[in-house]
Amino acid sequence: MMRIFSLEEIKKSFFTCLWFGFLTFPIMVVRVNTIEDVVEWRWNNLIIVVFGSFFLSFLWRYMIERKEAGRKKAESGEAEKKPLVRRIMDNPRIYRPLLAAVAIFVLSFPFLFSSYQTNIMTTALIYVMLGLGLNIVIGLAGLLDLGYVAFYAAGAYTYALLNYHFGLGFWTVLPLGAVVGAIMGILLGFPVLRLRGDYLAIVTLGFGEIIRLVMENWNEFSFGPSGIANIPRPGFFGMDLSLTAATNYIYYIMIGMVLITIFFVNRLQNSRIGRAWIALREDEIACQAMGIDKTKTKLTAFSLGATWAGMAGVIFAAKTTFINPASFTFLESAIILCIVVLGGMGSIVGVILGALVLILLPEYLRAFSDYRMVLFGATLVLMMVFRPQGLVSDVRRVYQFKGATEKGE
Amino acid sequence: MEYFFELFFSGLTRGSIYALIALGYTMVYGIIELINFAHGEIYMIGAFTALIVAGVLSLLGFNELSILALAALAAVVYSSAYGYTIEKMAYKPLRKAPRLSALISAIGMSIFLQNYVLLAQTSDFLPFPSLIPDFHFLEPIAHLITSAEVVIVVTTAVVMVILSFLIKFTRLGKAMRATAQDKDMAMLMGVNVNRVISFTFIIGSATAAIGGVLIASHIGMINFYIGFIAGIKAFTAAVLGGIGSVPGAVLGGLVLGWTESFATGYVSSDYEDVFAFTLLVLILIFRPEGILGRSTTQKV
Amino acid sequence: MEPILEVNKLSMDFGGLRALDAVDLDVKNGEIAALIGPNGAGKTTFFNCITGIYNPSGGDIYIAPPGKKNGNRPERINGIKPNHVTKKGMARTFQNIRLFGSMTVLENVMIGRHCRTRTGVAGAMLRLKSTVREEQDLVDFSYGILERMGLARFVNDLAKNLPYGAQRRLEIARALATEPFLLLLDEPAAGMNPQETRDLVDLIVRIRDDEKVSVMLIEHDMKLVMTLSDRIFVMDYGKKIAQGKPSEIKNDPVVIKAYLGEDVDA
Repeated sequence: MMRIFSLEEIKKSFFTCLWFGFLTFPIMVVRVNTIEDVVEWRWNNLIIVVFGSFFLSFLWRYMIERKEAGRKKAESGEAEKKPLVRRIMDNPRIYRPLLAAVAIFVLSFPFLFSSYQTNIMTTALIYVMLGLGLNIVIGLAGLLDLGYVAFYAAGAYTYALLNYHFGLGFWTVLPLGAVVGAIMGILLGFPVLRLRGDYLAIVTLGFGEIIRLVMENWNEFSFGPSGIANIPRPGFFGMDLSLTAATNYIYYIMIGMVLITIFFVNRLQNSRIGRAWIALREDEIACQAMGIDKTKTKLTAFSLGATWAGMAGVIFAAKTTFINPASFTFLESAIILCIVVLGGMGSIVGVILGALVLILLPEYLRAFSDYRMVLFGATLVLMMVFRPQGLVSDVRRVYQFKGATEKGE
Repeated sequence: MEYFFELFFSGLTRGSIYALIALGYTMVYGIIELINFAHGEIYMIGAFTALIVAGVLSLLGFNELSILALAALAAVVYSSAYGYTIEKMAYKPLRKAPRLSALISAIGMSIFLQNYVLLAQTSDFLPFPSLIPDFHFLEPIAHLITSAEVVIVVTTAVVMVILSFLIKFTRLGKAMRATAQDKDMAMLMGVNVNRVISFTFIIGSATAAIGGVLIASHIGMINFYIGFIAGIKAFTAAVLGGIGSVPGAVLGGLVLGWTESFATGYVSSDYEDVFAFTLLVLILIFRPEGILGRSTTQKV
Repeated sequence: MEPILEVNKLSMDFGGLRALDAVDLDVKNGEIAALIGPNGAGKTTFFNCITGIYNPSGGDIYIAPPGKKNGNRPERINGIKPNHVTKKGMARTFQNIRLFGSMTVLENVMIGRHCRTRTGVAGAMLRLKSTVREEQDLVDFSYGILERMGLARFVNDLAKNLPYGAQRRLEIARALATEPFLLLLDEPAAGMNPQETRDLVDLIVRIRDDEKVSVMLIEHDMKLVMTLSDRIFVMDYGKKIAQGKPSEIKNDPVVIKAYLGEDVDA
């Protein structure tokens, strides 16, 4: 434990706050109004920055110290304490009733809350699905895909365009969205997968931006920045649904989709394929030396991840009934990345939690909504520095054997 | 032919700016093998600082030349300070972590800084005063090249020469090259690795700030988002030339500038950014070591 | 006895540097062969070439897996990918341990069987009968290997939390799971204490006798090499300078010179 309020520490914090006061001075304090030619001095911001950084710097150093201590502990072989979420999940006495309560809450949600709330929840669920999909690529296979939004856009445009030109319905296009996502995953994945990790990130970012820019400029194909409107909501056996009913209907569709996603991703991650992904993330060379085909394994991860994004795109188009390229910027990819990083790479429960926290919090706490993107950025940095495994770290499956599983035989 | 020269000079100008920003990428990558995603934001903060300082000074009635000098100085100082702080907070604690962790942290930093400027200043485009004085001797060819363009090209050349000199002949440069080769070894040999890395960020940020001031006064508009696109393009330039190499960054910047300029001039101006991104994707796929780079064999 | 691995005039250049210079070498079925030499002699480069991590600049690598029904005609494997080399029956360990740290011990061994199992994406998602059966066989098989390697008590631990000696053994177990005919060990005793080294000698003999896998190893521990090997190959500066039985190598003046340097008596 460090003595937080020793003179030495206070001195350090004092200099830190002076430094940040200096650093943020022009941007935070001065604002030049070039139209009326006046300078606005916002001294209160300076006071906030100085005091804020003075106190936060204690916290920062304390956290760094704790992390170092934790690392030393791990090196000396001491087992880490199980995190709270993991303890809950390991105990059927707790998690069964909890799961039942969540299920009841989720199913009755549209009846308890307004359709505005239901809509927000549906959005959050779409992000859960996107997060779970990207989790395959980043969390399991360790491929930093910064252009994930391209597959989401592909799904959305597939539905919008097929509906516009050929009148195809939601349920027909939903599987097609998955197929388009998968094919695009393979097409884009093939050339980039032999690249090293950080180059792969930049190339996927480039692809994502190229696709968005093409959508913005190729008016004949995608109707440019004005986008496509009047996309029909999902049909319910040919019935016309009222707006509220349609909102609820999409909500339940989304619940179903998320359950299906969880079901399949869970199976994948404890299968031969899933193990190969994780091995690839851990050590590419050892992985190949164990007989795993690097390219093929990466390609499956890339295109399976894209499959979920394609389907999520179709649902997104059906939900908002209007799409344009502005919905598919790099920031969208960054938000999904943030969900995976916050929740915990490789962990399904973590990603669900991450999506709900990051999407719902800014919606419900108005104070947050302005600072949404600043907080996303800060979250990425802070998680990497202090808790790279995320809120819920991935735990490997435990196998039971008759007889000889006792420790210390 | 006139049109060709016009495009040629505008490409040269653009390319010089990309080169100035690319230098920061290349130096940081050369030393800690990190794509400093927030580098574009440092350039943007440099431009904003210059704008704010110039605005305040012109209201106080300073003359043009002193505004130019002080605004540029403030931009360089502040960008360097931001570069230094970012490294200390977001990258240094991750030096032993997997490379993707540091990259994600850098992306987070980039998003954070963009929105920090957005919230503290504005999301609107702000008019940027033209700080560069007119050169009268250029009048006969003024329709081809402006004095701002001349200043940009000359500044880039000077900065590149200074940097090459610094890396080749000074003690700091030697320490930088040693650190780039092998951090642990350099440390054993008495190089203060932390200080070398800090210096690299400071120098890289300072060149980015110079780029920021020049391009802002050339184009006359800035907003919080200019760093992102410029950052990716500069990264393209760095990779194009061979990441880690100073002349490579300049060469890459120029190639990219001309590609963009001629492609938008002769093909289509709608797809300006698409050309740059396509070039980036192609170069990374087909020649990731760049024009001046050497391919390396992975160690086992 | 037919050779199961035959290497002719293998060369490897890095830029201007010749790391391997026309190396001839062969391993016979049921043999324990050792590759020794001073640091930087090119031993690991040799392993990297024959396991497909590097593409050799010249020469030929032939393998002839034993016990094939339709005769074992040698097959040339120059420049094929590492995963194909493993599939054809040569598996290796690494000088600096390269386990999958955040996977369990059992899963590390299961990864070794990746190329002997078939479940694809559809099988994994639908969990077909054949998948379930394959998975169960895989778990049983892998557990069996762990038992034989004395690692069964670690089965569900994360690989990175194992003691050092156990990590080395786990790497061998993982390689054995690929069902190789030839196991390539890169400095298996490095960093081990004397007791661990003695256990390792027993283990390698058991691998040859019980698992029927031939072994080729790179090692600096001369006592281990001399007691264990049937034949020894000596390399220096990328060239093979000697080969023969331990007793011959021990007294070979060329080998002694390579190890001790020329000016030792000066």
